[in-house]
Amino acid sequence: MLETIDLSLVNWSRAQFALTAMYHWVFVPLTLGLAVIIAIMETLYVKTGDVEWKKITKFWMTLFGINFAIGVATGIILEFEFGTNWSNYSWFVGDIFGAPLAIEGIFAFFMESTFIAVMFFGWNKVSKKVHLTATWLTAFGASLSALWILVANAWMQNPVGMHFNPETVRNEMINFWEVLFSPTAIYKFLHTITSGFVLAGVFVIGISSWFLLKKREVVFARKSIVVAAVFGIVSSIYLAFTGDSSARDIAQNQPMKFAAFEGLYNGSEGAGLIAMGFMSTTETDPSNENLLDFNMKIEIPNILSYMAYMDWNAFVPGINDLIDGNEKYGYMSADEKIERGKVAMAKLKAFKEAKDQDNEQLAERLKTEFMDPDFQQNYFSYFGYGYLTDKNMLIPNVPLSFYSFHVMVGLGFYFIVFFCFALFYALKGRLEQKRKFLRLAIWSIPMAYLASQAGWIVAEVGRQPWVIQDLMPTVAAVTKISSSAVQTTFWLFAIIFTLLLIAELKIMFRQIKIGPKMDGGQH
Amino acid sequence: MFENLSYLALQQYWWVIISLLGALFVFLTFVQGGQTLLYTIGKTPNERTMLVNTLGRKWEFTFTTLVTFGGAFFASFPLFYATSFGGAYWVWIAILFFFVIQAVSYEFRTKPGNFLGRKTYEAFLFLNGAFGTILIGTAVGTFFNGAEFSLNDMNNVHWETPYRGLEAVLTFHNVALGLSVFFLARVLGALYFMNSVDSAMVLERSKRQVLLNAIPFLVVFLYFLIYLLLKDGFAYNAEGVYIEKYKYLNNLLELPVVAVLLLLGVVGVLYGIAVALLKKSTSGIWFAGGGTVLTVFALFLIAGLNGTAFYPSAFELQDSLTIENASSSHFTLKVMSYASLGVPVVIAYIWWVWKAMNSKKIDEAEMQDEDSHAY
Ligand code: HDD
Ligand code: HEM
Ligand code: HEM
Repeated sequence: MLETIDLSLVNWSRAQFALTAMYHWVFVPLTLGLAVIIAIMETLYVKTGDVEWKKITKFWMTLFGINFAIGVATGIILEFEFGTNWSNYSWFVGDIFGAPLAIEGIFAFFMESTFIAVMFFGWNKVSKKVHLTATWLTAFGASLSALWILVANAWMQNPVGMHFNPETVRNEMINFWEVLFSPTAIYKFLHTITSGFVLAGVFVIGISSWFLLKKREVVFARKSIVVAAVFGIVSSIYLAFTGDSSARDIAQNQPMKFAAFEGLYNGSEGAGLIAMGFMSTTETDPSNENLLDFNMKIEIPNILSYMAYMDWNAFVPGINDLIDGNEKYGYMSADEKIERGKVAMAKLKAFKEAKDQDNEQLAERLKTEFMDPDFQQNYFSYFGYGYLTDKNMLIPNVPLSFYSFHVMVGLGFYFIVFFCFALFYALKGRLEQKRKFLRLAIWSIPMAYLASQAGWIVAEVGRQPWVIQDLMPTVAAVTKISSSAVQTTFWLFAIIFTLLLIAELKIMFRQIKIGPKMDGGQH
Repeated sequence: MFENLSYLALQQYWWVIISLLGALFVFLTFVQGGQTLLYTIGKTPNERTMLVNTLGRKWEFTFTTLVTFGGAFFASFPLFYATSFGGAYWVWIAILFFFVIQAVSYEFRTKPGNFLGRKTYEAFLFLNGAFGTILIGTAVGTFFNGAEFSLNDMNNVHWETPYRGLEAVLTFHNVALGLSVFFLARVLGALYFMNSVDSAMVLERSKRQVLLNAIPFLVVFLYFLIYLLLKDGFAYNAEGVYIEKYKYLNNLLELPVVAVLLLLGVVGVLYGIAVALLKKSTSGIWFAGGGTVLTVFALFLIAGLNGTAFYPSAFELQDSLTIENASSSHFTLKVMSYASLGVPVVIAYIWWVWKAMNSKKIDEAEMQDEDSHAY
């Protein structure tokens, strides 16, 4: 069943997906957050009738438009890449995974792209109220598209609402609501959109600070900062809560990812949280290059157990417990899981052979055995492990997960403080004098992007080797094609996206320099 | 309401939806066609600005329809999505590439500091218009002529040529469809300009382009259609897939409604062209557009309904994809069918916005007005 795997093909395909997804994610969070901020600003305009607010709205809308276009350009690749580069995956789970993508297209993308036209071109064509509604609908459409794609992603991390059909050799949906309302999906959605809100808040404050440093457009900048700071405080606090809920969800469903981003090698009761740490650059475990020891770490006792299980003394499994097994706490060893996965595969194969030989009776019996709840629970749930040849394949890149996670969380708390100061200074009317803070605000923009990318690295690198947790590893998901073909397309996309990114940045910087215009400017 | 439909009925329902999306997409490629005519019809920068802006209010619909077409195909016929996209890799990558470069071009073209220069973005628009249409048409041609793939026992695709789909251009019948879409898009683009731009010069030149492109369109399209009706097709029954003489002609005879749709469609396109050329009417786009939707809809329907394999394998006949063996499970189709009920709402608000935004033709005065977001 499993053909020889070309590892270089798998790695190039992963690299291509990572490249295109991360480029897409450069633009998406700003779209998500700025749409809402603009809608709030326009609401203020319509409520107060103050044209200063219209000018503010239109300036941020110009930047929004530039960013949006390139978000769309990078998105279409991803949509089809599941087919072009992960075709085996697309068949194996298309029955479940395709639905959210289709719903996203039908409902969210059309809403976004329809009302964005009114938002940009409609100032003189529709009434103020209708225009405002269109702006809110654009923001709503963006978040709605996030919902559906994240439902799809969450399902890969925690496959629910489905069963395996041996006849068609694929997974099939049996409960749509379970897929949609899976807690993993809810936390992922809330955390991800609020991360976009936070990023956009930082963006607006940072750019407004630049105007203040240049002593230009002071009223515009101060008003923008007040809106962004209030919005940012609410969003960043909510962000921390949803991140924490995500982490707890992962502790249950993806303990290996959890152990990796916490840097926990050996589990214990009352496990401590590593608040900060640096890994040594020399390998400590010759069998696996991913396991690096800590040179230095600051650990707060018992916190991790509480975070993961709401119990100060609960046992949290480490990487070694998950690989070698831990009988005392009921963790099965990886070798045992691989064995069971192979048993499930062998039965599936026997069933298919019986079918091919038209041995209906045998086929029927094998199918009954396969679908038996006991077999499903004890063997089929490890199906994906059957593809693996070595238990060490089960360990994701620990340093990358660990650092990304800690950078993200650290910045998360930083942003809360940052927004509070921004609001405080703005309300006191002292912003213009706080030149250090204004400079810091500009530098916070790249930090927000860093945190945002780091988040996806935690989520996606941490789940390796799985495309679908426990059911399908990346090696089994990939399209069989020459790795040089994928290499070619990787570079093709790398070059074109980089060119477009440079263009976007230059246009964006130029528009910022031009600044807001009373009559609306180029837009 | 979908609870009582049989599995087969749902599969057919979804094939109809896919066909409709495909048909709407081809109509909306008037944007692509228009992009290839920017310099032919717009002789001055001002004229080109009007043309770009009138297309610029519509390109997202085309783009989003393409994305939704992909998503809906994935959800309803995942085996096709996996087989074709993964198999005919180069064709689809090329199509994607030509749509990526389109998406930024409107927004970036005239912005100061745009790095690549106005001409580059205009070239992007041209390339998208030309290759986007030709490649998609050619790819859809393989629905009738087959592709070189096989499937293993896990339904994983193996492509049997190293060209990964590009070999489709070696079959002239596929290319004829690609060229038909290309010239049709140009006809529709010119008709759309006639309808939406307020300028005598643009009107005159657009009219000329309608004529100049209608001729090659009719030649290649009639070739495509006649050849299709005379050729053997890929049929299936409970035993498997087999070659049937005059399969597509038979489909039309056995599904008279579809034959009527096709006829109405072709007449609609011709009528739209005729009123534009002979009667000085600017509403040709509505007839030709409606006709395009009906024609393409009918072609998709005979590709997949009435026991026809819609994605035939020329390499291993029995691996051909049909709406029955390539579809999602009964449950998923049911769920998706409920989702499809939202489509009329979506169409309604698109219609409303289109009306509100196009109520007045684009003219030079509007392009001068800073408040109207000129591209
Ligand atoms: C959390 C949000 C989020 C995430 C994780 C993704 N996207 Fe996205 N996507 C958006 C949020 C978004 C958006 C905010 O809605 C965009 C960004 C700019 C835009 O135009 O809409 C968008 C645009 C966008 C488009 C263009 C839509 C159009 O026609 O207007 C496509 C095809 C995709 N995305 C597809 C994907 C796929 C297949 C993803 C999975 C790997 C993905 N996106 C991840
Ligand atoms: C836009 C935000 C996203 C970013 C930045 C992102 C990032 C990444 C990264 C870095 C990888 C490579 C991991 C590795 O190979 O080590 C990856 C792989 C992948 N991601 Fe994402 N991801 C995003 C969203 C999604 C979503 C929403 C989905 C599914 C709906 C998804 C599905 C996948 C798949 C299928 C792979 C390839 C298999 C793999 O290498 O694991 N990603 N992504
Ligand atoms: C405040 C503390 C934060 C905590 C406790 C936290 C926690 C988490 C966790 C556990 C994940 C992994 C989810 C998964 O693998 O499924 C995650 C993912 C992510 N984080 Fe954070 N995070 C925080 C702050 C931030 C900040 C400041 C940003 C960006 C501005 C951010 C953006 C993201 C993104 C984009 C993802 C990937 C999407 C997802 O999986 O939800 N996070 N976060």
